[in-house]
Amino acid sequence: MGRQLKFHIFRYNPEDTNSVPRTDDFYLEETESMTLFIALTRIREEQDPSLQFDFCCRAGICGSCAMVINGRPGLACKTLTRDLPAEITLMPLPVFKLIGDLSVDTGTWFRSMNEKVGSWIHNDEAFDPDAQEERMDNALAEEIYELERCVECGCCVAACGTANMREDFVGAVALNRIARFMLDPRDRRGEKEYFEVIGTDEGVFGCMGLLACEDVCPKELPLQDQLGILRRKMGWSALKRLFRVK
Amino acid sequence: MDTELADLLCIGAGLAGERVAIEAASCGFKAICLSIVPPRRSHSSAAQGGMQASLGNCAMGAGDNQDIHFQDTVKGSDWGCDQEVARLFVETAPRAVREMAFWGIPWNRVVPGKSAFFKGGKEYEKVEPKENKGLITARDFGGTAKWRTCYTSDGTGHTLLYTMDNKVVELGVAVHDRMEAISLIHDGETCTGVVARCLKTGRLKAYLARATLIATGGYGKIYKESTNAVINDGGGAIIALDTGVVPFGNPEAIQFHPTGIVPTNILVTEGCRGDGGTLLDVNEKRFMPDYEPEKAELASRDVVSRWMIHHIREGCGVKSPYGDHLWLDIRHLGERHIKTKLREVEEICNNFLGIDPVTQLIPVRPAQHYSMGGVKTNKDGAAYGLKGLFSAGEASCWDMHGFNRLGGNSLAETVVAGKIVGEKIAEFLKGYDVQFKTASVKDVADRVQERLERRISGKDGGESAFEVRNAMQDELMERVSIFRNGKDLEKAVENLQGIYERSKRVGLRSNGIGASPELALALKIQGMLRLAICVAYAALKRTESRGCHAREDYEARNDRDWLNRTLATWKEGEDLPTLNYEPASGVLEIPPGDRGYGVSKIITRDGETTGA
Repeated sequence: MGRQLKFHIFRYNPEDTNSVPRTDDFYLEETESMTLFIALTRIREEQDPSLQFDFCCRAGICGSCAMVINGRPGLACKTLTRDLPAEITLMPLPVFKLIGDLSVDTGTWFRSMNEKVGSWIHNDEAFDPDAQEERMDNALAEEIYELERCVECGCCVAACGTANMREDFVGAVALNRIARFMLDPRDRRGEKEYFEVIGTDEGVFGCMGLLACEDVCPKELPLQDQLGILRRKMGWSALKRLFRVK
Repeated sequence: MDTELADLLCIGAGLAGERVAIEAASCGFKAICLSIVPPRRSHSSAAQGGMQASLGNCAMGAGDNQDIHFQDTVKGSDWGCDQEVARLFVETAPRAVREMAFWGIPWNRVVPGKSAFFKGGKEYEKVEPKENKGLITARDFGGTAKWRTCYTSDGTGHTLLYTMDNKVVELGVAVHDRMEAISLIHDGETCTGVVARCLKTGRLKAYLARATLIATGGYGKIYKESTNAVINDGGGAIIALDTGVVPFGNPEAIQFHPTGIVPTNILVTEGCRGDGGTLLDVNEKRFMPDYEPEKAELASRDVVSRWMIHHIREGCGVKSPYGDHLWLDIRHLGERHIKTKLREVEEICNNFLGIDPVTQLIPVRPAQHYSMGGVKTNKDGAAYGLKGLFSAGEASCWDMHGFNRLGGNSLAETVVAGKIVGEKIAEFLKGYDVQFKTASVKDVADRVQERLERRISGKDGGESAFEVRNAMQDELMERVSIFRNGKDLEKAVENLQGIYERSKRVGLRSNGIGASPELALALKIQGMLRLAICVAYAALKRTESRGCHAREDYEARNDRDWLNRTLATWKEGEDLPTLNYEPASGVLEIPPGDRGYGVSKIITRDGETTGA
């Protein structure tokens, strides 16, 4: 016999005029290797088919299923129930617009973030289909990949004090993205252009230094380091501007 | 009803859909992508291993070229592929890889000097050439003569998808996420868009487009045990089949991947075996060399999967509460290798199994993995049967994979086909005009609305959509799996027809207001069953064994009678699909022969039996 698990789950369907925000309780018997993906799927299929939540790859790769699990943002698919107490409270991520129950609109938020930071290689040259690829040191490729591993799940944003108070704060995810492009020689943006994107209170100077972002990142990205590096770089850039150093 | 207009409508915003949209947008056309999830969540992201292209930069890839890639692909397909398409693919792949590098992929690069590698659990040494330092490198994958699979650590699909979507953002291509296409708008001759349902609000919306592309990925979720994401339920295939005029190519060509973990079926990459991982049985004995002395664990996926099931049937599986399985052993690759080159694998083992692959064995067994079949198109990506309809990627049957896809050829296909089909659609759009008829839009919208209301009201009955889906998944898993035979397939078709009848009586348990996941399934379940019946029925009729399609009662590959492709259409009101056939390939650059691995009993085109 597995443990009897009790789930408190936030419920609200904004499309339904009769729906009111509340918490519903569900019970399940725990099984071997049970993840929140398995548990929530069973609750929907066996107890309440209206329950909304998001899973896609269910393998920790796609970032769909972030939610607040006993007070902490995390990916539900890679959360084993055996690592949780028998009472489990699930809430949708804050900051993002609620779609219903545990489902939030991360798509709109991240598209806008990607537009804001110019999340692409800025390069005016045209691709030459007949040319050999530009060479790159493997160590650099791996360094870029390290930061590219972000899955845009939204945990760092949901856990961020600033993002919860200020809608215009770009969040650790955006700063990490900029750090990724600054490493990449194929991106021809200079310090000045990066400064324009993140050298502001909406960017790197808005961070209060609480650093929950790194604590909750399911990919264990070095968000704190990136923040420090960017702050130093942008700080220098600001000073240079102040004193007009060329 | 809210209506939107575009030159090109891409249904699906994974790698193939977005690559096509980028090409059209680059030519100045207005492209809109619909996606049931935010685009970066698409299943393309889950492909860990890599993308094949014959760059030949690394030591073990030296001397590689398009001809060798072509041979591997044709052999891999068991001569079921369209060789003209395969040729086009291998020619374009190197350029596509470099283009992705130009757009920002951090491909792993050649590091000159000596390094160790494992093959079949033994350690070997290779020396990477100094002159190739910093060029794109490659790793070994099953069924290939050279190391050809370009990769970024074990997140190749992820980096490709992010880079592709970056390009989409750069070009300002609109992606309407959480928008599900429910029905194509067509008049039997021309396709002019879709009626879609918003998965945020539940509202319907019409999209009118001069060209419509289906790029919705595979349909693995009609099976119970599948490595596919939960979204891979064949949505695109279903709306194409619903037209009654667009044929579905080779529905029976379903690939099983040798290494899904037990019990969750999450895939661990072929890179494990490529890098030297081995398969062990209950006695922790390595068994693949006994069946495949030459290729061992690196024979093609269909062959490895079959031997695994065979070995389990011989009583050599490991017993578990979730059924018998085998072991994947990567311990000898060492901590450093596992923690860098196979990091996602390590994470999967830690997070979903609670085991450490550096010191422990990984429980694996074959699970449904890839759909070679799909919306049948010509080599330009234009669907048969409807003008203005196109398809690319796993959703399509273009058809470069025939009856078995090689690892690393699917990521490559999404990007390569996306590029080629994108160019062809741009050409098509330049000289094409079409009339949008408001009456036919209204007609489709009314029909969708009626279906929706019937499901919500429970007017047709109270069958649970989930239970009907489970019954279908179990049936396919039980009788239309890795080994097939006439008796079981006949039973499967009969049972699936019964389940199909039940699917017509599905009624909601919830109120269906808003996004309603239950309604989303209820609207799709009948189509999923038609798809499932196509798979089972086409498998029943194909009385030979080819690639992944292994008939116990017809063990030979039969080139005399079956060197062809199944084309399934579903006429309205019928309870079985109509099957037609076309030659597998117009051009036979490489005539059918022995693959060099797997069972090689062949009935030749002259009717001779060889390799018996």
